[in-house]
Order: sequence, then C-alpha cells, then structure tokens
Amino acid sequence: MKLQDRGLETLKPPYNKQAMIIRLTLLAWAGLTVLAFATFNYKDIEVIPAVVKTADILKTMFLQPRFSHLTFTDALGQLMITAGLAFLTTMLGALFALILGLLAASNLSNAKVSVAVKAVVAFIRAVPTVLWVLIFAIAAGLGSVAAVIGMTFHSISYLVKAYSEAFEELGQDGIEPLKASGANWLQIVFQAVLPSSITYLISWTFMRFEINFAVALAMGAAAGAGGIGYDLFMASAYYYDVREIGAITYLILAFAILLELLAGRIKKKMRAHE
Amino acid sequence: MSDHYFARKRMRTLFYCLLLLVMTAAAIVITEFDVVTGFTSIPQAAIWVFDHFYPDAKAMKRLPDIIDSLIETILVSVAATTVAALFALIFAMAGSITTGRGGIFSVISRSVATVFRNIDVAAWSMILLISFGQNVLTGYLALFFGSFGFLTRAFIETIDEMSNSSVEALKSTGAGYLTIMAQSVIPSCIPQLISWVLFMMETNIRQATLIGILTGTGIGFLFSLYYKSLDFHSASLIVIALVLTIAVFETVSNYIRKVIM
Repeated sequence: MKLQDRGLETLKPPYNKQAMIIRLTLLAWAGLTVLAFATFNYKDIEVIPAVVKTADILKTMFLQPRFSHLTFTDALGQLMITAGLAFLTTMLGALFALILGLLAASNLSNAKVSVAVKAVVAFIRAVPTVLWVLIFAIAAGLGSVAAVIGMTFHSISYLVKAYSEAFEELGQDGIEPLKASGANWLQIVFQAVLPSSITYLISWTFMRFEINFAVALAMGAAAGAGGIGYDLFMASAYYYDVREIGAITYLILAFAILLELLAGRIKKKMRAHE
Repeated sequence: MSDHYFARKRMRTLFYCLLLLVMTAAAIVITEFDVVTGFTSIPQAAIWVFDHFYPDAKAMKRLPDIIDSLIETILVSVAATTVAALFALIFAMAGSITTGRGGIFSVISRSVATVFRNIDVAAWSMILLISFGQNVLTGYLALFFGSFGFLTRAFIETIDEMSNSSVEALKSTGAGYLTIMAQSVIPSCIPQLISWVLFMMETNIRQATLIGILTGTGIGFLFSLYYKSLDFHSASLIVIALVLTIAVFETVSNYIRKVIM
C-alpha cells in the first residue's frame, strides 16, 4: 500500500486521498445498485401495469379525496392523538436527554461515564424505533403505553448525541476559568453551558418533534398505537379505500407543512435574538 | 432598568416552561398514556428481555434465511437512495437560487420536494401496497419517494450555501449551463452531497425494517413473522444482526466523511 502510495505520488502529484475515496464511494454505490436490481426477487410482478395502476390510484387519491369511514372531526381528533404522541415523547426524551447529555459531554463529565453513556446510547439508536415499541409491547401490551415508552427511548438516544455535541462545543477552555473562579458543577451548567447552547438544544428538539410526528404516524400503523396512522393503515390494508387515503394524506400533509413553517419561524426568531 | 430586564426574562422563561407543562399534560390525556404502567413496564420489559430475548440453537439455524433477507433489505435501501439522489440532484440544480434558471422551475421543484418530503415513508408504503402488493418494489419505491424529497431539500440548501463567485466567473467567460454544473458546482459540493447520501442510507436501513413490517418484505417481514409466532429467540437474532449492520455502516460512513470533508 505504501509503495503504491509512493508510486502514485511520483506519477501524478499530488496523490489525492480525498478524490480517491470519493471515486470509490461513488463506484461502490453504482455497483451495489446494479447488484440490487439484478438480484431482487420480483416474484411475478408486471411492472408496467403496476406503475399504471399506481398512477391511477394517485390520481384518484389526490383529486377525489373523501372521508368515508370517519368524519373530518374524527380525523382531526386522531391527528391530535398522533401529534400528542409526538409531543409527549419529545418532551420526555428531552428531559432525560438533558441529564444524560450532561453526563455524556466529555468536557463536563468524567471520561469513563462519558464513554459508557455514549456506548449505551449508540446501541439504543441502532435498533429501529418500531422494534423498541414491539419489545415494550410484550410487557405493556400493544397501544399507547408501549408506543410512548419505545419512542421516548429512541428520542433520548438521539437527543443525548445532539445535546452532548452541543455542550462539547463549549470546550474545556470555556469551563476552566469558571472552575478556577470557584464555580461548582451546577453553577457551570446553569450559568454557562445551558445559556450558551440553548438555541442548539431548541432547534434539535424541534427537529426531533418533527421526526417523532412521522414515527408516531408509522407506529399507529405498525404497532397499533392509535392516531391517524392507524386509520391510514385501516383505509389501505382493510378497506382499500383510496379516496380516504387521499383525504388522510392531505390532512397529514397540511399538518407537516404547518410544522415546517413553524420551525422556520422559530429558527428566524432565535437568530434575531442572538 | 436592568432589574426589569432580568425579571421580565425570568417571567418569560417561567411562562414557556408552564406552557410546555400544560401541553405535556394535555398530551398525556389525549393519548391515554398511563404514566404508572409506562414506567413500571420498563423494568418488566428488561426482565423479559433477559429471560426470553436472546438467540438459541434453533434460532441459529434460521441465520441463513435472516442473512438473505438482511442483504435484500440493505440492497433495497442502497439502491433506493442512490437512484433518489440522482433525481434529487437534477431537481436541486433546477431548484437552487444560485444555479437554477429561477422562476417557475425553482418554485416547481421546491414544491415537489416539500410534498414528497412531508408524506411519510409509512404512508407511501401503504399507498403503494395497493398496486404493487407484497413485493420488494413496494418497499423500494416507498424508500425512493421518501429519500427523493429529503435529498432534494438537502441538496438545494447545499448548492445555495456554496459561494456563487465561481459560477459568476464561469458565466462571464461564456461557459454554458452544463459546463458550469460539471466544472464548478458539482465538484465543490460533492463532499457535502456524499455526506447527505450516506446519512440517508443509514436512515433508510432503519426505515426499511418498518416498511418491511408494513408491506411484508425483507427483514421487517421476517421479524414480524417470528414476533407474531412468538419465536422471540429468532426475533432477537434479527435485532442483533440489524444492530451489527448499522454499526458497520456508521463506521464506514464516518470514515468516508472524515476523509472527504
């Protein structure tokens, strides 16, 4: 490897590792994509009729939406349940993540604790949320309890990573002077660390809320957690009611766009405050 | 004067905290979340996991099947992301302020991206399930649509952030649109673009499990099959396999990011 490196250096100076990795990555992606399409088990699906059918369904869905198995007010209520799930899990997640994030930040905690917390959190993050929800469902039964605990678990792991990175940005240099002036750990956290990273914390938390809304939707469908996701699942898997899917999709889309606009305003406001 | 300032600031913080508390209470009520059961179920679940949720000899016999469908899931995720990235790049170039033709193109591609991004992959998979059935293409297309929306948005922001001085310079020499793209815009953005695509791939492998449960394909289908037949030893083997896959994926993509950024 070293010889090759040197060889390339003399042939084409300067040898550029960055360019090589980029090329290799792109090549690997192209190769895997080709392999994927070659090895898929398509069963006996006829792609063109299926695409035509999808286009037809999408047309009906979006052009003729209609609620039939539930009323608009019902749907709105179910949407609120989904939003409530997302909000609750984000708040619980943020609360625990704040404590764990302080323990995980290498500049505020001791090295062993920090590494341990980060390792546990990385493991929790690697398991998809739906699997956590299903695992908790065995102890608590399918429904909102399992969904809330499972989603909170995942939110904690995500936010601990984000929060601890925000805390670490302050660096050891920002903390040493405070320690030297006799401030204790709690004073450092409340007077220096939290105020300087609060905008980051808020924007990460809001982002998690948006993610949790999508997750709550999916949990309603996959783990029977209730909310609008469950209705969507029923409309597609049981009633095959394309128009109702359309109506529910519009409702979800409206809410998601509302959230996006809200996020934009919060960001703008925070920038103005800085 | 400054006394007032701090008092007002404190009042405002207090107000926001109270508001959040009230909203949390409201959320507990509408979702019918039972707080006591919730917290007691955590130790219960932990005990159960140690007692039942580990692979045994019978589960190990299923390993070949599990690896097969895991590979399928990985390939679906990667293929969906790369193809979506290609389309997203085209849409992003049209939608970006710096490079786009502006006007109608920009508006169209941005709204397309917003719509695709805000319809969740779970919703896509249920929509596609009707016409494609329980097929690998259902999962593929659901991931594709979700990734396409997200990546278009991310790409637009990346291209917009890039300084447009080199674009201006090339324009003044009379270079054509495609030349500017190929010689200036893409080379200077490519590390960020790759980083976004890597992020999307990691996300998609996780999402693929969920989509698999909903559409009956890949590793997610296998998990729900074992889960529903109460074969928790085999189900736990799937969780382990997934964790290992995601860990490898994250390590590789962190390495790539470190070198190229």
